[in-house]
Amino acid sequence: MMRLPSFRYLAPKDAAETAKILTGEGPDAMIVAGGTDLYPNMKRRHQMPKTLVSLRNVNDLRGVEMNGAVTIGSNETLRGLERNAELKTRLPALWTAVQSISTPILRNMGTIGGNVCLDTRCNYYNQNWEWRRGIDFCMKCDGTVCWVAPSSSVCWAVNSSDTVPVLIAMGAKFTLVSTRGERTIEAIEMFGEDGIDYLTKQKDEVLTRIEIPDQGNATSVYRKVRRRGAFDFPVAAVAARVEMDGDEVKDVNLVLNAVGPKPVVCESTQEFLKGKKLTPEVVEEAAKLAARGAKPLDNTDHLSMWRKKVVSVEVKRALGALR
Amino acid sequence: MSDDNGTPLSPEQQGLRDQLKEGYNLIGKSPIKVDGMAKTTGETKFADDLSLPRQLFVKLHRSHVAYARIKSIDTSKAEALPGVVAVLTGESLPIPFGILPVSQDEHALCIDKVRFIGDPVAAVAAIDEDVAFEAMQLIHVEYEKLDPVFDPAKALLNNEEPLHDYGDDGNVHKRVSMNFGDVEGAFDDADLVLEEKYFFEGNTHLPLEQHATLAWREPDGRLTVWSCTQTPHYVHKAMSNVLEMPPSRVRIIATPNGGGFGGKSDPFNHEIVCAKLALITNRPCKIALTREEVFYCHRGRHPTLMNMKVGFRKDGQMTGMHFQSLLDGGGYGSYGVASTYYTGALQTVTYKLPNYRFDGVRTFTNKPPCGPKRGHGTPQPRFALEVHLDRAAHELGIDPADIRLNHLCPPDSITANWLKVGSMGLGPCIEKVVEASGWRERYGKLPHGKGLGLACSSYISGAGLPIYWNAMPHSGVTVQLDRGGGVAVFCGETEIGQGSDTVLAMCVAEVLGIELEDIRLVVGDTHTTPVDLGSYSSRVTLMMGNAAFQAAERAREMIAKAAGERLEVPSVRLRFAENRVFDVQDPEHGLTFAKAVQLAETKFGTIAVAGSYTPPATPGKYRGAGVGPSPAYSYSAAVIQVDVDPETGETVVEKIWVAHDIGQSINEMLVIGQVEGGVYMGLGEAIMEEMTYRPNRFGVHKIPSMLEYKSPTTYEMPPVETFLIEDPDPNGPFGAKEVGQGPLLPIMPAVANAVFDAVGVRVDEIPVTPDKVLKAMTSKDKRYGPTKYPDLKITDTMYVKTLEQGGDGTSPRPPKAPTSSGKKVSS
Amino acid sequence: MNPTTEAGGPPPPPTSLAKTHMVLRVNGEDHEVAFRPHKTLLEVLREDMDLTGTKHGCELGECGTCTVLMDGEPKLSCLVLGLESDGVDIETVEGMAGPEGGHPLQHTFAELGAAQCGYCTPGFLLTAKAVLEDDKDPSRETLVEELSGNLCRCTGYLKIYEAIELAAQRMREKGSSDEGGSHV
Repeated sequence: MMRLPSFRYLAPKDAAETAKILTGEGPDAMIVAGGTDLYPNMKRRHQMPKTLVSLRNVNDLRGVEMNGAVTIGSNETLRGLERNAELKTRLPALWTAVQSISTPILRNMGTIGGNVCLDTRCNYYNQNWEWRRGIDFCMKCDGTVCWVAPSSSVCWAVNSSDTVPVLIAMGAKFTLVSTRGERTIEAIEMFGEDGIDYLTKQKDEVLTRIEIPDQGNATSVYRKVRRRGAFDFPVAAVAARVEMDGDEVKDVNLVLNAVGPKPVVCESTQEFLKGKKLTPEVVEEAAKLAARGAKPLDNTDHLSMWRKKVVSVEVKRALGALR
Repeated sequence: MSDDNGTPLSPEQQGLRDQLKEGYNLIGKSPIKVDGMAKTTGETKFADDLSLPRQLFVKLHRSHVAYARIKSIDTSKAEALPGVVAVLTGESLPIPFGILPVSQDEHALCIDKVRFIGDPVAAVAAIDEDVAFEAMQLIHVEYEKLDPVFDPAKALLNNEEPLHDYGDDGNVHKRVSMNFGDVEGAFDDADLVLEEKYFFEGNTHLPLEQHATLAWREPDGRLTVWSCTQTPHYVHKAMSNVLEMPPSRVRIIATPNGGGFGGKSDPFNHEIVCAKLALITNRPCKIALTREEVFYCHRGRHPTLMNMKVGFRKDGQMTGMHFQSLLDGGGYGSYGVASTYYTGALQTVTYKLPNYRFDGVRTFTNKPPCGPKRGHGTPQPRFALEVHLDRAAHELGIDPADIRLNHLCPPDSITANWLKVGSMGLGPCIEKVVEASGWRERYGKLPHGKGLGLACSSYISGAGLPIYWNAMPHSGVTVQLDRGGGVAVFCGETEIGQGSDTVLAMCVAEVLGIELEDIRLVVGDTHTTPVDLGSYSSRVTLMMGNAAFQAAERAREMIAKAAGERLEVPSVRLRFAENRVFDVQDPEHGLTFAKAVQLAETKFGTIAVAGSYTPPATPGKYRGAGVGPSPAYSYSAAVIQVDVDPETGETVVEKIWVAHDIGQSINEMLVIGQVEGGVYMGLGEAIMEEMTYRPNRFGVHKIPSMLEYKSPTTYEMPPVETFLIEDPDPNGPFGAKEVGQGPLLPIMPAVANAVFDAVGVRVDEIPVTPDKVLKAMTSKDKRYGPTKYPDLKITDTMYVKTLEQGGDGTSPRPPKAPTSSGKKVSS
Repeated sequence: MNPTTEAGGPPPPPTSLAKTHMVLRVNGEDHEVAFRPHKTLLEVLREDMDLTGTKHGCELGECGTCTVLMDGEPKLSCLVLGLESDGVDIETVEGMAGPEGGHPLQHTFAELGAAQCGYCTPGFLLTAKAVLEDDKDPSRETLVEELSGNLCRCTGYLKIYEAIELAAQRMREKGSSDEGGSHV
C-alpha cells in the first residue's frame, strides 16, 4: 500500500489557534482539512510536512450564511454545500462546480477551502517518488526542469479547481487570517503566476471565509470538460457571469481554468462583450477571443490541441446558456 | 447407446442421460453463487488479507531507467537499516522463467540488464512495509544506459543492442507468415478489393485487487505460497524450477482473485522473490504491490498496427484476406508468441473465408511486457475486420447486418486455416440485436450526431492445446462422498470472479441431484487438487465442467449400483433429484442421497472418484496450428447507439444490445454478468482506456494510476440489453460454451461503426477519443487512422492447402520459400 | 512544493515509530487500538484490527474500494488518519450483518451476481447502504450519481443497480409490514 510519511499531528479548536500554531511551527507545518488533496500528495512524497495542522475540530469555519451576500466557511465540506438547497437556487453555477468535483464519497470529505487551495496538477508531478525519479524529478518538486516545457523558467502545473473560476467570476472575496491579522482579498488575487507559487496565501495564513457578493440580476454558468462523469479533474473549465441590461450585456465575467497554472480572466473578451447583444455571431467571436487566453500543455488528460479547441466551444456554450 | 468414442453406455450412464433429458434441476437456472455471501460479508480472504505471525514485508527496488546494463548494485545502506532482515539481488535467482517454454526470458530480479522502467532489480524483506519501503529506496544501482526502443516499427530495424539474445532476429521476438489457399488469386477474382490500416492502442486489465503473495517456509522445509494467480499450476512449475525445489515440495494456493482479466496469468517475479525471501529468512514473507507496480506487471493488450486487405464479391462474400499485424510486445516474452498467432487465428470462424494469409510480427520494446488480456490477441484483428466489413457494406450498398448474415461460416465446417467450427449461433445473435435495436428502421436514418453500429465476434472455449506440450488432461476433478450426504469436490480451478466455483458445484450437484449447500469445494491448490490449467482462454466452464461431469457421473454410477440393489430397481431407472435417489417409475420408492451414499460405501469402500478432460484432436497439423483450435467457439453480436458531439468529437455510448451464443447457460445469471462485464471492459477500450508511455521522456509510463488510466465510471456505462442464444454444443458440459471473453470483442468495432453512422467519419484507431473524431471530421478523407505500414520483412511464408484445395492440414516441410513475397505459388 | 530532499536522493523516512493509543468505535463496539500515528484508517482497520473486509485499490482516493461509513457517511478510509477517526461511528462491511443474518444488500448482491470477484463489493455495499438511508426508493439516476465514486471492473455496474433496487424494495416491504403488523 501507498503509505504516509510520519508527521506530528495537531488539531486546534479554532482559526486563531490554528494561526498561532502555524506561526509557531514555521514553514514545516501544513494545514489539512479534508485530506483528499494533501494525503495523496504526501503518499507520493510531494509534501512531507513535519507538522500537520488539522481543521477537523475547527467548527467556527463551517457553515453557510446567506444574507444578500453568501458567506461560506472554508472548512465546510463540499457535500454540505451540495446538500444546501438554498445555495443551489441562489448560486447554481457554484453548486454545479461543487457537485462536479471528483466523486460523492470524496465530496463527503473535501472542503471548499481545500478546493480553493488545491495544489496545481501535472502528470509529470502527480506521480510516485519512484516514477519521478525516472524523469530526474521536475521543477515543482525535487528537480529543476519543467518537463512539459523544458525551456520554461516557470512551472506549468495546472490549476485544476472547479470552484475557483466560478468564485472569481462571481467576484468572491477570500479572508485570510494569521497572527499578523486578518486580510480580505479579491478571489483572483489569491492566485500566483506559476505552478509552484500558485497561491499568494502565505504559509502562516489560514483561509477562513469565502464571501460571494449579492449577484443581483446576474446569471452564471459553469462548464467542465473531462473524460469521465466522475473522479476526473477538469481539463478545461469555463465560468461565465453575465448581467444584462435589456438584451445588451451590462457586465460580464469570463474565467477559464485548467488551461494553465493560473485561472485566466478573459479581460479583452469581457471588454468586447460589454454593451453587445449576445447574438450567435457575437458569441462565436467572443469564444474565439477567449480561447486565445488558454494555454493548455500536454500535462493533463486529453490532447492539449483538443483542449484548446474545446475551450472556445465551451465558452460559446456558456455564453449561449446565458443569452 | 454409446458415448462419443463408441463405448457402450452402462445402465447407470444411460440413466443419467435419461435424467438430464427430462430436464435440469439446476443447469440454466440462477442459484446464488456459492461464494456469494462470503464476498458480500467481507469473509472472502484475498491474498493481501492473509497474514502469518512473524511475517516480513517485501518491497522490490525497480529500475528507473528504461534500458541499461546493470554495472553494480549497492545494498549496504538498505542492509544496515534497522528492521531490514534480508536483501536479495538477481544473482541468488539465476534461473530464468516465463509462461511459454519458448520464452524463458525473465529473471525474478534483473541480472544483466533492465528492460523497462519498473523492472525489478533488488528486493528487501523488513519487519513492516514502512521499513521495507525506506530500505528499497536506499538501494543504489549503477547503470550503463543503453539506447532504448519504444516504437515497434523502429524495433524492426534496431538490431544493435537487442533486448534479448533470442527471438527471430534483433528485436523481433516472433515473425510468422502463413498462407492458406490462393489469396492472390482471390484478390484477382474479387469485385472489390479493400485495403486499410488500423491501430489498436494497448490497454490493461486494471483489476481492483493489486497483486499480492504470501509465502511460508514450513517447519520441514517445504514451501507454501498463497498468491492471487489465475494459473497456480504454471506458477507451481516456474516456482519449483527457479527455486530448484522438487515440485512435490512446493505448494501454490491460488487465493480468490480480486479481478484478473488475464493480468494474473503469468508466473510473476514478485511471487518468486517473496518465496525466496521466505526460504532465506525462515519467516513468512508478504508482498503486496502498489497500483503503480501493477501497471509494471501489465501483460495486457498488445498495441497492434494492422493492415487488412480483403477481396469481396458484389454480394459481400469475401474471396480472400491478407491480414498483417505488428505487435508491440514490451520488454519480455510473456504469452507474446501465442498472442501473435492469435491476432491471425480467428478471422476465419465468423464468415466464409476461403483464402487467407496472415503475417504477424511481435517486437520487443522497452516497456512493461504485454500479454493476455480478455480476448487475448483477437480484439485487435476483430476490430479491423468488423470495421472493414462495415466499409465494404457501404461500398457495395449492402446493409452491414446482411453482409454478415448472408455469408456466415457454416456450422460443422473446417475453415481455411483448419479450425473445426462446431455449433455456430452467430446468425440468431445478429437477428436478435438487429430486431431489438430497431436496426432495419433506424440504421442510417438517425439525425446527424446519432448513430448505430453493428459488429460481431467469436471466441474459443478453451485452447485446444496446453501451454507446454503434454498429452495429459487439461482439467481434473475429484469427487469424494461423505456418509452424511456431503460431497467434497476438488479441482485446481481458480475463482477470479467469473463464477467458476459455482459452475463446478452446479455441474456436480446436477448429476448427483443434490443441493449446492451439500457441496464443499477445495480449489486452486496444487497440493490437494487435481490440475486444472487455470482461468485463462475461457477454458474453465468447458474443460472443468466436462471433468466435473465425468467425476460426478462415476460417483453416481457407484451410488446407483448400490441403491438399485437395495431398491430392487434396475439402475437405468434411477433418478437423482432433491437429495434423493428414486425409481423414475415410482418416485415414492427411493432413498435419501445420504443413505444411498452409505450403501455405496458399504459396497465399494470409501468413495473418491476422479474425472478429467482432454480436448479433442484438431485437424490442423501445420506449424502454428496449435493456436486457434478449440472444442467449441462462442459467438457474439452487438449493436451500439452513440451520440457524437460534432463540435467536440465527444462520443456518448447511449445503449448497447448484445447477443451471445452460449450453447447452454450453466448459471444464467452468471452468464449475463459475464456478458455485461465484457461489454463494460470493451466499452472502456473503445472510448477511453490507453496504456501509454512518454518515449521522449525516458520511456516513463504516462499514467500509472487509477485516476489517469480511465476506467469507465457509472456515468459512462449505458443500459445493456442482453440476449442469450442457447443451442447446446456437443463438446460442452450440458452443451455450454464460453462467455468470459467473447462479448467484449464486438464492442470496439461497433462503437467505431456507430461513430461513422453518426457523423460520417472513420476512426480506424482504438480508443475512439474526441480528438480523433474531431480530426477525422476536419480531414479531407474523413478518416483518422494510421497511414503507413512498415515492411515486416517476411521472407519465409508457410503455404498450407485448404480443405477445399484437397489439403490434409499439414504444411510442406521444410516450408517452401517463394521467390518473392506475396506472389502466387502453385504447389 | 516544499522540496525537502536533494534532487535524486530518497525522501526522509518516517521518523516516529512510536504507537499512539486510542479508542475507535467500529461496528458499534469500542476497540482499544495502538497504531503508528501516520497510519490511515484503512491501515489501522486491516493491520491493527484484523478487519480485512475493507479493501484497497489505489490508496490515493481514485477508486472507492476502501469506502467505509463514518457517522453514516461514505468516506475513503485511505485518506483518513486513524488519528482522525476517534469519536466517530465507523462501519465496515463486517458490521453490516446482524444476528438475524446479512443486511438485505448483502443478500441481494450475492443473489443477483452484483459481486463477481467481490473485491470492490464492500465499498459498494457501504455506499449503497448510505444511499438507502437517504432515499428508500432511489432512481437509476440517483444510483448512477451516488455510486460514481466506486469503480468496478467486473460487472459494468448493472447488476449492482439491480441488487440495490431489490434490497430497497425488500426493505420498503419489510418496513411497511413492520408498521402494519401488530406487536404482541
